[in-house]
Amino acid sequence: MAVVALKPGYADAVEIRDRKENFHGNQVVYLHWEEHLSFCAATAFPLPPEMPFGALTEKLIPQFYGMHPDFKSLDWNSVEWKIDGEPATPDMSKSLAENGVGHKSLVCFRTPGLNGYKGSCS
Amino acid sequence: MTPPRKKKMNLKQRYALMTRGLDWETSYQKMDDVFPYDTFEGIKITDWSKWEDPFRLTMDAYWKYQGEKERKLYAVLDSFAQNNGQLGISDARYVNAIKLFLTGVTPLEYQAHRHFSHLGRHIRGVGPRVAAQMQSLDELRHAQTQIHTISHYNKYFDGFAEFPHMHDRVWYLSVPKSFFDDACSAGPFEFFTAISFAFEYVLTNLLFVPFMSGAAYNGDLATVTFGFSAQSDEARHMTLGIEVIKFMLEQHPDNLPIVQKWVDKWFWRGHKVLGLVAMMMDYMLPKRIMSWKEAWEIYFTEAGGALFEDLSRYGLRVPKYADIATDEAEHISHQNWAIFYQYTQAAGFHTWIPGDDELDWLSEKYPNTFDKYYRPRFEMWREMEAKGERFYNNALPQLCQTCQIPMGYTEPGDPTKIGFRSSVYKDERYHFCSDGCKDIFDDEPEKFSQAWLPVHQIFQGNCGGADLSDVLKWYHMDQGIDNMDYNGSPDQKQWDAWQAARKKVAG
Repeated sequence: MAVVALKPGYADAVEIRDRKENFHGNQVVYLHWEEHLSFCAATAFPLPPEMPFGALTEKLIPQFYGMHPDFKSLDWNSVEWKIDGEPATPDMSKSLAENGVGHKSLVCFRTPGLNGYKGSCS
Repeated sequence: MTPPRKKKMNLKQRYALMTRGLDWETSYQKMDDVFPYDTFEGIKITDWSKWEDPFRLTMDAYWKYQGEKERKLYAVLDSFAQNNGQLGISDARYVNAIKLFLTGVTPLEYQAHRHFSHLGRHIRGVGPRVAAQMQSLDELRHAQTQIHTISHYNKYFDGFAEFPHMHDRVWYLSVPKSFFDDACSAGPFEFFTAISFAFEYVLTNLLFVPFMSGAAYNGDLATVTFGFSAQSDEARHMTLGIEVIKFMLEQHPDNLPIVQKWVDKWFWRGHKVLGLVAMMMDYMLPKRIMSWKEAWEIYFTEAGGALFEDLSRYGLRVPKYADIATDEAEHISHQNWAIFYQYTQAAGFHTWIPGDDELDWLSEKYPNTFDKYYRPRFEMWREMEAKGERFYNNALPQLCQTCQIPMGYTEPGDPTKIGFRSSVYKDERYHFCSDGCKDIFDDEPEKFSQAWLPVHQIFQGNCGGADLSDVLKWYHMDQGIDNMDYNGSPDQKQWDAWQAARKKVAG
């Protein structure tokens, strides 16, 4: 369906607010640690598309998820990744873009065996 | 010779003269040019005179009643101020619910005033036009009386002073703001359906009853009095909501699918906005009234059920996803409070971990879910807090493109999995918290692709800077004063000092 508008040509004149061009060379990437819902929602970051995927595991995730009690037991080799809902095996040395992470992509990671505080998925 | 005595008009004649009698058919301009807004949505009206005036009030009577009510209200407010009513509330934590109300709801009253006055000009039928004019005045009075009522708290507590500025900028206030902007940027019939029917008729009790009973239970006489003063207006607004739905459905069978679509949309949007009230009821009132789930059962499942049963003769059915919303009533308050707890550094009110007695109350009210999913979350945070490692989420959350709430809601039937939905429109990806929000986007992607999402706006550099402290400055939020936990806040220190002084006096 399309919007019912009073002004003729309204739909064609729409300015999409969150186009990639508006982020100063970055793209928005969302991260989500499954079964750890003490992080209330996926988190959002403006990241250069050429940033290596490995920077997520080396820098970003430790910085923003490191305070969770499960984090110290996290084994990156057993992590299961999903990019935009599809299972993925990211190449850590390649860029986000080369790994198929685009503007407003959702990157989920699951840590088998680690499912939150006392197994509560928190 | 004595002139013949003029016969005094009876109430009905007078009413007809002062409302419908004020209308005329234009002669040198086309009616369509004078009323350009009321046809484009596709709602077909064949006979405007069939409108049953729901208010049955003339402007002079309106003036008289409201003047009397307001005199009573202001007398109570004066006495509340003179008697230091702020000392009589249950606990200073309560005031945070009022902060949320003033920043989130009061500006909507003002928006409602503006838009009803727009409708009071632009609806072709004189009946609804007069009704909209009166409601417009009601809404302006509500905004004013709320501001006056709450201004007393502004003298003693933080977080109130910048409410209109915050409403336009703060991330979580974009939820109620965008809800209303969506309605005001729609056509007149959608606005009526959104605000008069879905919000004021179907869902209003879930906003006003909790707030006003919450005020009564927590010793806030000023807010209770405001609530009573607004109640008779709300009753009229509800009548307008139901009348407008019946009118559209009776006028033409083609209207039904349009109205149904709007009812579905605005029920879902309203339900999401009311999640803030859910959180207030279950977490922010030191003295609880009832749980959100109980309120939902009484005011939506039972009352709403009867309403839609009644409307089924017009072919209207219960809003789509009502079952999902009812399922969410089990979770929404906990999930919302968790959002604010971890983003307390960016909230304009204080947060806290519920005490043991409060956790027990939640366990009792939510026996199927609280102990399993949410209690451990609060216990983990409490442990971390005790170790001096208070849990802050230092990254910004992913927001739903439609409701603009952080995407913290779980899959229906599985509270361990966040629900993710997405759509692609013109090669851009959009994310949603639920099927309800996704459907709303998919129906009008042109509209919602323009959403001003606070997180993306920060990234685009439109919110004062990249650091939290820059953004808070841009919000006019006083750091370390308006935000953060209640424990250690200036509000708490002052309240504790008052209590200590009272004990001393009591000896």
